[in-house]
Amino acid sequence: MLSQIFILSSKGDRLIHKDFRGETCGTSTDLADTFYRRITSLPGDQAPVFMAHEGWHFVHVRHAGLYFVATTTPDASPFTLVEFLNRLVTLLRDFCGPLSEKNVSLNFALIYELLDEMLDYGYIQTTAPEVLRNFMHTEPVATKPFSLLDLGSIGLFGAETQQSRVAPSSAASRPVLPPRGEQGTRNEVFVDVVERLTVVIAANGTPMKVDVQGEIRLKCYLPSCVEMRIGLTEEFCVGKSELRGYGTAVRVDECAFHSSVKLDEFESGRILKVTPSQGELTLMQYQLADDIPSPLPFRLFPTVDQDPTGRLRLYLKLRCDLPPKSQALNVRLQLPVPKGVSSLAQELSSPEQTAELQPSTKSIRWDIPRCQGGSQLSALFKLEVPGLSRASLLELGPANLAFELPAHTCSGLHIRFVRLPGPAGPPQRWVRYLTHSDSYVLRF
Amino acid sequence: MPYLGGEEALRELRRALANPHVQADRLRYRAAVLRVIRHMAQGADVSGLFPEMVKASAAADVVQKKLVSLYVRAQAPRQPQLALLAVNTLRKDCAHPSPAVRGLALRSMCGLRMPGIQEYLQQPLLSGLRDKASYVRRAAVLGCAKMLKLQGDCEVDGALVNELYSLLRDRDPIVVVNCLRALEEILKKEGGVVINKPIAHHLLNRMADLDQWGKSEVLTFLLRYRPRSEEELFDILNLLDGYLKSSSPSVVMAATKLFLVLAREYPHVQADVLVRVKGPLLSACTSESRELCFTALCHVRQILGSLPGHFSSHYKKFFCSYSEPHYIKCQKMEVLCELVNDENVQQVLEELKGYCTDVSVELAQGAIFAIGNIARTYTEQCVGLLTELLGLQQEHITSAVVQAFRDLVWLCPQCTDAVCRALPGCEDAIQDSEGKQALIWLLGAHGEKVPNAPYVLEDFVENVKSEMFPAVKMELLTALVRLFLSRPAECQDMLGRLLHYCIEEEMDMAVRDRGLFYYRLLQSGVEVVKRVLCSPKSDPSLGLLEDQTERPVNTWASEFNTLAPVYGRERWALITAHQPEPSYACSPCTDSRNRDTESLISEGNKEVLKVHPDTGSLTLIPDVYLTAEQFEKSWLSLDMSCHLSLPWCGTVHPDTIQTALHVVHIQTIAMSKAGVQPWKAYLSAQDDTGCLFLTELLLEAADPEMQVSVKQSEAKPEALRAFISVLRTVMGAAAGLGS
Repeated sequence: MLSQIFILSSKGDRLIHKDFRGETCGTSTDLADTFYRRITSLPGDQAPVFMAHEGWHFVHVRHAGLYFVATTTPDASPFTLVEFLNRLVTLLRDFCGPLSEKNVSLNFALIYELLDEMLDYGYIQTTAPEVLRNFMHTEPVATKPFSLLDLGSIGLFGAETQQSRVAPSSAASRPVLPPRGEQGTRNEVFVDVVERLTVVIAANGTPMKVDVQGEIRLKCYLPSCVEMRIGLTEEFCVGKSELRGYGTAVRVDECAFHSSVKLDEFESGRILKVTPSQGELTLMQYQLADDIPSPLPFRLFPTVDQDPTGRLRLYLKLRCDLPPKSQALNVRLQLPVPKGVSSLAQELSSPEQTAELQPSTKSIRWDIPRCQGGSQLSALFKLEVPGLSRASLLELGPANLAFELPAHTCSGLHIRFVRLPGPAGPPQRWVRYLTHSDSYVLRF
Repeated sequence: MPYLGGEEALRELRRALANPHVQADRLRYRAAVLRVIRHMAQGADVSGLFPEMVKASAAADVVQKKLVSLYVRAQAPRQPQLALLAVNTLRKDCAHPSPAVRGLALRSMCGLRMPGIQEYLQQPLLSGLRDKASYVRRAAVLGCAKMLKLQGDCEVDGALVNELYSLLRDRDPIVVVNCLRALEEILKKEGGVVINKPIAHHLLNRMADLDQWGKSEVLTFLLRYRPRSEEELFDILNLLDGYLKSSSPSVVMAATKLFLVLAREYPHVQADVLVRVKGPLLSACTSESRELCFTALCHVRQILGSLPGHFSSHYKKFFCSYSEPHYIKCQKMEVLCELVNDENVQQVLEELKGYCTDVSVELAQGAIFAIGNIARTYTEQCVGLLTELLGLQQEHITSAVVQAFRDLVWLCPQCTDAVCRALPGCEDAIQDSEGKQALIWLLGAHGEKVPNAPYVLEDFVENVKSEMFPAVKMELLTALVRLFLSRPAECQDMLGRLLHYCIEEEMDMAVRDRGLFYYRLLQSGVEVVKRVLCSPKSDPSLGLLEDQTERPVNTWASEFNTLAPVYGRERWALITAHQPEPSYACSPCTDSRNRDTESLISEGNKEVLKVHPDTGSLTLIPDVYLTAEQFEKSWLSLDMSCHLSLPWCGTVHPDTIQTALHVVHIQTIAMSKAGVQPWKAYLSAQDDTGCLFLTELLLEAADPEMQVSVKQSEAKPEALRAFISVLRTVMGAAAGLGS
């Protein structure tokens, strides 16, 4: 049971505030303000998800810089609350497009309407987009897709930049409720395979921990519901014992499907059948640990020594083990260095790379916009560390790598086909793959 | 953002709403209403527009109706007379051909929250309950709960309750769930909705139709049901088996809780369920949503409290990643501490070592304390690791390491030598009060093993004038007197200087008193000092207070999937302690042993024990020793002042109770051993006015309550009350720790 829901901007402005039960009138202070004060009085990013205040409990979820907060009583289930708030975020994205402070305040009428249908007297009624759509009457207000200030989206002479070609296209983030009068023009289906990689590599190069968390997401803009068939790699198998075919199998440890997915053809043909409603749907989630078919995308070979003048010399060699046709984008290496460091000199292997010393985190940040499979990059850092001792080398590392691998999955999972009944043609079908690093730690 | 408030804005809005041209144009009218709502959402007072807004709700436009209903619901409590205007329109809407409009009208009318509205509600609600559209029935069912809430303590209408019970058989699953919710609220006084066998089985059969929210809620309601036979129980569990594999964590957790509670007499079933829920919990722990991840981690800790080895093979899942926020990293470190075993200790320590040099001070210190915790089992490796960290010579790291050492030496005396070897050199790096106290205590208690201990302490004595923290000065006094006993030649001179300073120059009264106390103690001869100060330097049995012994699953099954595990036991106890506890003050402890005993009691319990020390009415004097004979004589001569019983379950841990009582200065005269039936204990305490409290604790075999008899040497009802509350708190804490 939720007593109130509010959405606050990062500055504490109240964008949405809905009281379902009118029980909190008695409390001395305004709960939304109290919440914001509590959140901001905490140091750094230590915002506990749950906070207690005068017998009430705040639960919040952060998204796109906004706080989505619910107040509740102590007997509530924390999993339900968090899951509901996450679901609310997804629904708002479906109905209003990408979330931002501006977008939420423009669409506030729609959001109130949505909340009114989703919850009654603080009890969750429904969150199914297809049901909600029937009761929604307000139209979404789109934030302007283009503005002069938003220079990031413009390429030189209109050329497609790296960013725009790779980053998930904005086509998939527009609201699903089509503006009136434009029906039928956007029959599109997006199937995204997104994998998150969590890796720890020991100092000697052996992988300590490899975790892949994958999802198949479907975003559907079709106005009418039809049954869709999605074929996965035929050699796909679940669990350790099961093996199929003679080729290299695509194996995952565990997988879970959305409750609307029909699995009668899954055993025989690895086909998922689903009748999607408009909006986003996570069809399948899977995990894979320790044993992945392809080599890990990056290896780091560091050398640390001291030059005659007493400076700390760090020679880093970063090898990208992807297949030659693939590439990694937005690679960023973050390397903690001894706290006493005073200056940094650098030699990088190509001009497009940058590196700098970040005083707040006492670490070196090495940015590589793009890295081709099979290539090798190197960097030499010379650090001035006054009072360098053997012990302060303990503070060096581990390095953390962040990157995106477009059109690549670590598990090897692929979508064979996306089929819709009826004559093939009109609906545009897109299949996209993306692997990104959740945490890629390279120990020294 | 438009300029908020202001008469001007309000007047302008009123003009727009009243303008017939605007009213004629659907879109313009709607835009005007929208502007009002926007003002309202931003906190401006728009109650003056009530009549205009009510008029706007009469329009045919559904969007507009919805917007106005939002406004009316928010403003009605402020304008009860005007709200009646709205009721009329809403009643008319309740008979609208469109179910969406009917449902909306019903919902808004029940949500008006103003006195006297009930009489207008009854009729539409009753017809709403029988409406053919499920959308209207949903609203009507919850509307009943809203209406009865408004009525307050009036008699609950039996017919309505019956109607709701019969609606549990409704076709629409949401109506069913809403009925449960409404009945729960209406019958709150009688203990909520009754789940008997037919209802339980009906709900079980409807489970498949519900969405995830309905499922998790119904599973929670089913917790109330007690199956009649073993066969029925296992039938139910079989039926619900599939929900343990649901893709929604909230359903999985609700199902897990139901399994744990229903199978409370079948430990193997519980263990089996916890094994099966491992997968979903772990995947929630690695979920993309940080908040979900945090919630899952809290529950993992809860499970680990009973089954320490449960997640050991998955320890790698709990390694922190670089970008995670603090609250997750801290939880993960706690989990790592708890699941460490012989196989993974090496890897876990290596991982924790990495966090020790983190740029965030709290995180680094947290990691060091975590290693300190693991050191209780894997002493050698951890002490080596901690010693290595001292080489970094960084203020916060050294301080945390020394504190970890202090706590460790108490529990694992075997590592004293290694710790003492590591200590020299730390003094330069420590700046904070906690770290200094820890270092000084170590030097005082184990100074004979640290060659340069007197010289380090001498530095502190030299700089005592500029010392900021009184606690450090007090610690220094105690430490120096103790060291003086083992190394008199090196310490005599500086002890004299320190005492002189504390007595003559020190401004802080507590420090000065402590100085005077030692001065007088020293006057009475070295032998006396030795008797007072040479308390044991370590006490492995104290681990009892710290190490929670494995708690049976049943102790927390009813808290699973509530907010309790999310806050942690100690904080939860603090949050739920609604009634302000009668307060009392602990007198400052006079020797370091006491202080350490306290610091070893985990943070939360300390808070429980010392509620509002500022308004104390009772001060118990420590170290008042009564012999058994004296006790017996007084006991027999006094009349009973008070008799009460405390809830108690499970076995008794005499050591725990004794230590806990000692902390609040209640002396144990005699106590039966664990397991003796009936179990008895005799306690005594004295407050600062000399009033004596004698207590008998009696626990009969298989009695859920402990009988407590208290006798008082002087009749002081207030002090007696305070004493009993102290006793209650301590026994409560001891019961919590022991069971």
